[in-house]
Amino acid sequence: MDTITLAIQFQKKIDQDIKIEPRDWMPDEYRKTLIRQISQHAHSEVVGMLPEGNWITRAPSLRRKAILLAKVQDEAGHGLYLYSAAETLGITRDEMYQQLHTNKAKYSSIFNYPTISWADMGAIGWLVDGAAIMNQVPLSRCSYGPYARAMVRICKEESFHQRQGFEILLTLSKGNKAQQKMCQDAINRWWWPALMMFGPSDNDSPHTAQSMQWKIKRFTNDELRQKFVDVCAEQVKFLGMTLPDKDLKWNEAKQHYDFGPINWDEFWNVVKGNGPCNKERLSTRIQAWENGAWVREAALAYEEKKAARQYSYDTENKTNQVPVS
Amino acid sequence: MNAETINLNPASTNTMAIHALLHLADDSLIMGHRCSEWCGHGPILEQDIALTNIALDFVGQSRHLYQYIATQLQDISNDVALTLIDFDILPEKINEDSLAYLRDTHAFKNHLLVELPNGDWAQTILKICSFSVYRFYLFQLLQKHTDLNLAGIAEKSLKEVQYHVKWSSEWIIRLGDGTHESKSRMLQAIEFLWPYMGEMFEPVMYEKVYYHLDDVTYTSLKNNWLDKMNQIFEQATLPTQSLNQWHQTGGKIGKHTEHLGYILAEMQFLPRTFPNAIW
Amino acid sequence: MITLFRKFLYGDYGEIEGGTLATSSSREWPLWEVFIRSKQGLDHKHVGSLHAADAAMAIENARDVYTRRMEGVSIWVVESKNIHASNPDDANALYDPANDKIYRHPTFYQLPDELKYM
Repeated sequence: MDTITLAIQFQKKIDQDIKIEPRDWMPDEYRKTLIRQISQHAHSEVVGMLPEGNWITRAPSLRRKAILLAKVQDEAGHGLYLYSAAETLGITRDEMYQQLHTNKAKYSSIFNYPTISWADMGAIGWLVDGAAIMNQVPLSRCSYGPYARAMVRICKEESFHQRQGFEILLTLSKGNKAQQKMCQDAINRWWWPALMMFGPSDNDSPHTAQSMQWKIKRFTNDELRQKFVDVCAEQVKFLGMTLPDKDLKWNEAKQHYDFGPINWDEFWNVVKGNGPCNKERLSTRIQAWENGAWVREAALAYEEKKAARQYSYDTENKTNQVPVS
Repeated sequence: MNAETINLNPASTNTMAIHALLHLADDSLIMGHRCSEWCGHGPILEQDIALTNIALDFVGQSRHLYQYIATQLQDISNDVALTLIDFDILPEKINEDSLAYLRDTHAFKNHLLVELPNGDWAQTILKICSFSVYRFYLFQLLQKHTDLNLAGIAEKSLKEVQYHVKWSSEWIIRLGDGTHESKSRMLQAIEFLWPYMGEMFEPVMYEKVYYHLDDVTYTSLKNNWLDKMNQIFEQATLPTQSLNQWHQTGGKIGKHTEHLGYILAEMQFLPRTFPNAIW
Repeated sequence: MITLFRKFLYGDYGEIEGGTLATSSSREWPLWEVFIRSKQGLDHKHVGSLHAADAAMAIENARDVYTRRMEGVSIWVVESKNIHASNPDDANALYDPANDKIYRHPTFYQLPDELKYM
């Protein structure tokens, strides 16, 4: 079959909501788009462990410490699910790491902001995980099977992340003056970067249209961002706090909140590497990877020795195979 | 339940019980703290997750123990309770968090071993393995303790400890019998950590009284531990070790290395900055 | 003539990306597929994959990664390269012939409603 026929069949499957599986024919661009998106997503989970990870040893109660550990561990797990999904597309995890470590692959810019107070753990859970969930729920219906399945598992696990974040902020909002101030300050710092997480506006987003046609994305950046603003504008009232936007106002005609302009200049600069923590985050990841090289090598070397010993044993003692199930 | 499980009469028996429980809880907490430092920095994602699981197990154990200690202290007169835990706090404020967050270094009773820095993967693995093998044999004894709460905690923790032993001993074998570099790092780890192993087998007063273990049992605990470690070392093609040389002690009676102060400074700073806050 | 089962390595898709990918390191830990029995009485089901240096490590990693929330009572791991799969291009030849053999299904047979226990 020629490529054009294959491409038509492919799009037909997508239109009928038939999932694409790893060995199915797919256009090169579809594969590339997915590799880019899934690996970025995986990198975001793994880099995203750092800003919260640095508060594990400083969590103010043992309960909070256990929750935070479990949450950051979940992020590692989610990174792993996503790397696995990307690997079905013919790229290895090492290759993806190399792209990350050489600045060729991006990750969510949000993780280039510093976590400077305990309240940031709350704000990240509420706003950053909230924004992530808003993005991820539609992705669990994405046309590519392995990605969709990874997202189903991630969404299921992530629901506790946002709730624990909000609980942190709620506790702070009922606490002493200093805690309340800490709470508002964290919301102020994380609100705009959280809005930027949905990516550039639809007019400036190079991938949205094609991704929608392929059902990799189901809603545009701006649609999801609006939904997020609408939800948060209501939720913040429970905290007795405010969102740092003087233009935030309910629009009766549109049945949505209006909100102020996003600082895209800041967004593109953080994407380009000029955020407050870009260099630090990346160098931490590279250092962890390089410090681990001898460990990974040792495990392989040991396995090779063991396999050689096992092989000579097996050839001498042939046993019958029985079904495992 | 407390009347059954703890002898309320002689103050000294109380002291012994509380101190021994604090010792167990502090060991778990500080182990958990050190393991948690790896989170996000492991050699590969899968092992990062594995080590974080272990950190969670330790933090969980420490919570069970501190919670139990807190209930024990509620039943004792205030003055005695405060002397026991060696810090100044309103009795109604005694709970798992104040026990972890408001005591100073001299009140902590963990082994020196557990507070030592993580070092590289080899050093971390050896620390987890040696401590977990010790815990494995100790908790097997403690799960038969007459204090049913402690016995319960020991029994529950044993399942976790068994896994820690399996996971960490397999790593020692991989590293010892892996590459030239990994072997030399294992040897360095042994050299660095070995002087701290002996403290686990030199029971202080509160252990002797509260664990109800006679000298014979303690000696067999030590021998079991050493046999198991040497068995692992042998499989790892590492030299076998003995416990005859000089070793560092003091942690169990509050005389620590310099490292513990930094751990506590980091861990405790928020509750200490905002004394009456709820988190 | 079609090849019924051709050996495919997991992640083997013929031509690779046009030069954009970094070169692969041959020293990566192998990839394993993980199958979990969620409770006694059920089959093992594929849940995902992970990297491990050996089988023991793969099982432990699978335990840590895929059963954090009590999802399983038993784990299988298989090195991905040992999984043989049918070729999707052959799907028509492989599975369509079953379409017109509806007599294999119990609903094909018209029997009186009064007939019980059959």
